[in-house]
Amino acid sequence: MTELPGASGLILNEPLLWEKGKKGRRGMSIPAADVPRATLEAGLMGEGPDFPDLGEVDVVRHYTRLSQWNFGIDTGMYPLGSCTMKYNPKINERQAALPELAAAHPMLADVHVQGALRILFGLQEFLAAITGLPGVSLQPAAGAQGELTGMLIFAARHESRGSKRTKILIPDTAHGTNPASAALCGYQPVPVKSGPGGILETRAVAELMDGETAGIMLTNPNTLGLFETHIREIADIMHAKGGLVYNDGANMNAVMGMVDAARCGVDVMHLNLHKTFSTPHGGGGPGAGPVCVTEELAKYLPSPRVIREGEAFHLADGGPDSIGRMHGFFGNFSVLVRAYSYIRTMGPENLKKASQLAVLNANYLKEKLKGDLHLPYDRPCMHECVFSDARQREHKVTTLDMAKRLIDFGFHPPTIYFPLVVPGAIMIEPTETECKDDLDLFIKALKRIAREAEENPELLRQAPGRSKLRRLDETAAARKPRLCG
Amino acid sequence: MRYLPHTDEEIREMLAVVGKESLADLFCSIPGECRFEGELPLPPALNEWNLNAHFRQLTDMMAVDQDFKILIGAGSYHHHIPETIRALASRSEFLTAYTPYQPEMAQGTLQGIFEYQTLTARLLGMDVANASMYDGASALAEALLMGLRIAKKKPKVAVSRAIHPHYRQVAKTYLQATDFELLELPFLENGRTDLSALKDRTDIAAVAVQSPNFFGVLEDLPAAGEAIHAAGALFIGCFTEPLAFGLVKNPGQCGADIACGEGQSLGLARSFGGAGLGMFACREQFTRSLPGRLVGETVDLDGKRGFVLTLATREQHIRREKATSNICTNQGLCALTAAMYMASLGGGGLRELARLNYDKTEYLKGELQKAGGTPVFSSPSFNEFVMAFEDDFQPVYRRLLEKKIVAGLELGRYYPELAGRYLFCVTETLSKNDLDEVVREVRG
Repeated sequence: MTELPGASGLILNEPLLWEKGKKGRRGMSIPAADVPRATLEAGLMGEGPDFPDLGEVDVVRHYTRLSQWNFGIDTGMYPLGSCTMKYNPKINERQAALPELAAAHPMLADVHVQGALRILFGLQEFLAAITGLPGVSLQPAAGAQGELTGMLIFAARHESRGSKRTKILIPDTAHGTNPASAALCGYQPVPVKSGPGGILETRAVAELMDGETAGIMLTNPNTLGLFETHIREIADIMHAKGGLVYNDGANMNAVMGMVDAARCGVDVMHLNLHKTFSTPHGGGGPGAGPVCVTEELAKYLPSPRVIREGEAFHLADGGPDSIGRMHGFFGNFSVLVRAYSYIRTMGPENLKKASQLAVLNANYLKEKLKGDLHLPYDRPCMHECVFSDARQREHKVTTLDMAKRLIDFGFHPPTIYFPLVVPGAIMIEPTETECKDDLDLFIKALKRIAREAEENPELLRQAPGRSKLRRLDETAAARKPRLCG
Repeated sequence: MRYLPHTDEEIREMLAVVGKESLADLFCSIPGECRFEGELPLPPALNEWNLNAHFRQLTDMMAVDQDFKILIGAGSYHHHIPETIRALASRSEFLTAYTPYQPEMAQGTLQGIFEYQTLTARLLGMDVANASMYDGASALAEALLMGLRIAKKKPKVAVSRAIHPHYRQVAKTYLQATDFELLELPFLENGRTDLSALKDRTDIAAVAVQSPNFFGVLEDLPAAGEAIHAAGALFIGCFTEPLAFGLVKNPGQCGADIACGEGQSLGLARSFGGAGLGMFACREQFTRSLPGRLVGETVDLDGKRGFVLTLATREQHIRREKATSNICTNQGLCALTAAMYMASLGGGGLRELARLNYDKTEYLKGELQKAGGTPVFSSPSFNEFVMAFEDDFQPVYRRLLEKKIVAGLELGRYYPELAGRYLFCVTETLSKNDLDEVVREVRG
């Protein structure tokens, strides 16, 4: 196919739920009462909520139409930088929905749920193998909760040595959630500027590190898609002053089987299973953000963890050093099952190959597009590359305009205006599951947009034109919030 | 490998474009000291059919499977999930989308979450609900932090000891690295929270009470609200079983300032405790202190109604370390699923279903009492109750297990003073015959 995928389709209108239906309709069956009516104190009784009453067909059409206003990875290429929108295998959905697992109650005795515990134990082992960090907790429900877990482990470790540290180093190329996660632990984030090459310079870190600083929270590969080549020396600087190294593993898809986090000197890292390990993002979640730590820090991990005793698996409460519980039960189990299924499907060779092809795809895009878009850091990248709108701004065309125009061509826009170190950033992460044909079409679309920016900039400022709705007024939404219908 | 589309020829062509000899050369910037040595120590790849066989082995290890009648709730409830919801929630346009950063390509997710926020606010009797938190436990922790933010200078928060023990543990974890103090309020003999310790206190920012509480007991929420407000604290209404609000007063009607809890009951499988749904709502004046994402209504360039993520200035990516929370990815698809469930039930259905759950629970409670059991708490309850038996209950428990019935949860692990007492849960999924079977075994 050489034609761009963007086209117009028959999209149907659909009102809000409470704008349809009729009192007395019912959208699901309810068993008939087979026991007598019981009494309830009148003072406790409520009136029940004002919900619309809809029939089953009302509900099915409503959500089918809504779904058609959405774009997913199954619809097309979704090159959101740092989000790793790779294909979400269908077979993983089957495993997560197996009735034995879907019906498993989390308060049953260990002997009754050995299958579920074996999956969790297996996944702990796999993630330890992939990171080189032997202690794993699967509880964090998303990356940011993994970061919080990591920061709590930092605090617990410092406290165990009788020191309360107040600051944490966070490079300008780290992920956006990092400062907020550190602040929840009472750490004051200290920004570290990356060097002219887009990576951290050892000296800058050494100058900021002191006895009040708990450690560093970096993202490697960083949000410019570059590998922090001085990571080992930076870790040595931290450790020499009693600090710890946190690696935000959101970009792990670049380096599976290629980089050993333990050898890099990393003490704690989280993985985003909804990125690297192919679990679907669900339009905003559920995700999973397991945390992997060195042997020394394993005693601080959340409680409980799954352990093996002979052929049996148990939920073991953490000891006195554990930071405690992070999740109501054991984390987003159905997401963990999908990641387990993915790792078993891929095996060691294909996981490594996935990283290699993810990096190949990003470098290919970078080379093909650097003549059309400004590339602030022109060096080999990892799994993503960051352009900017520096050239198009001459024609009063912004990153936002170009992103919106991509919608007309049938592609989800990249991550925009992030990382903050690049003004007007366009951060593209194609992932390994995009084939060369689709990359070439995406390149073709962006080249055409770069040309349109010069020849017909108004077209871009008005984009998108083919979507169900045109550009939405986000300022008005924030000024007079209407959050409830 | 079917997920990796590159042919060898394409790899050669692409390597030529980037000026590299081999795939390994792409990683030349990685210092030798950081490299992974050897192959990843993982089991070999499985094809689809062998993977299914492997999962069959794993599911065969589940001694208690979907054929069992499990009379345990304790924060995870078995309700019928209509097939429509499974079909609609698994539509890949919803399932495989990211957070709706580009609203023109995500109106389905955005309208769906706006509807979820609206139905949630109505269910809980609050003005505003967010787009979800991770689960009921972290929602409680975030509600306590929000209370501390709103109260500014007050150093303490309090939670009822009748709140789910795991939720209290998570709240403790979240608060431990801060300078704030977490107090626990005991429960009375009737199973309701003892709020007398709040008298004359002025240093408490917020107090959380769960209803129905961990024992299934319906708290006297209006009275609790008055006591909490009299102490100048915010009232957090917590829950694990939102179905109750089809029948009993919701937190908003009882004066709660923040309502938070677990929404798994609303169309989500138990799934060994996750993925669930953290529901979170508040009064309008606290909107800008809310953690998490919010979807708001707006218009497009042609004036047509549409939806966007809004009030992002509260959030981590804009406000950085001053954000109201660090949450980014939440439980979006679970929220959408809960909205589908609430829409399928409707107002009338929710009431009928809640009533049925209540009646069945009361039936078992009454029959067990006739068979010699004693309810441990005298207060009214919803869906769950705690029972004491004169003789050791374990032999009965084991006999019922052989009949594929899990007869409740022994509470000693969570409340040492309640050792030997059992927490039972009944929902619409159990028939009168199932309940009679339990009673027969208790009679012996």
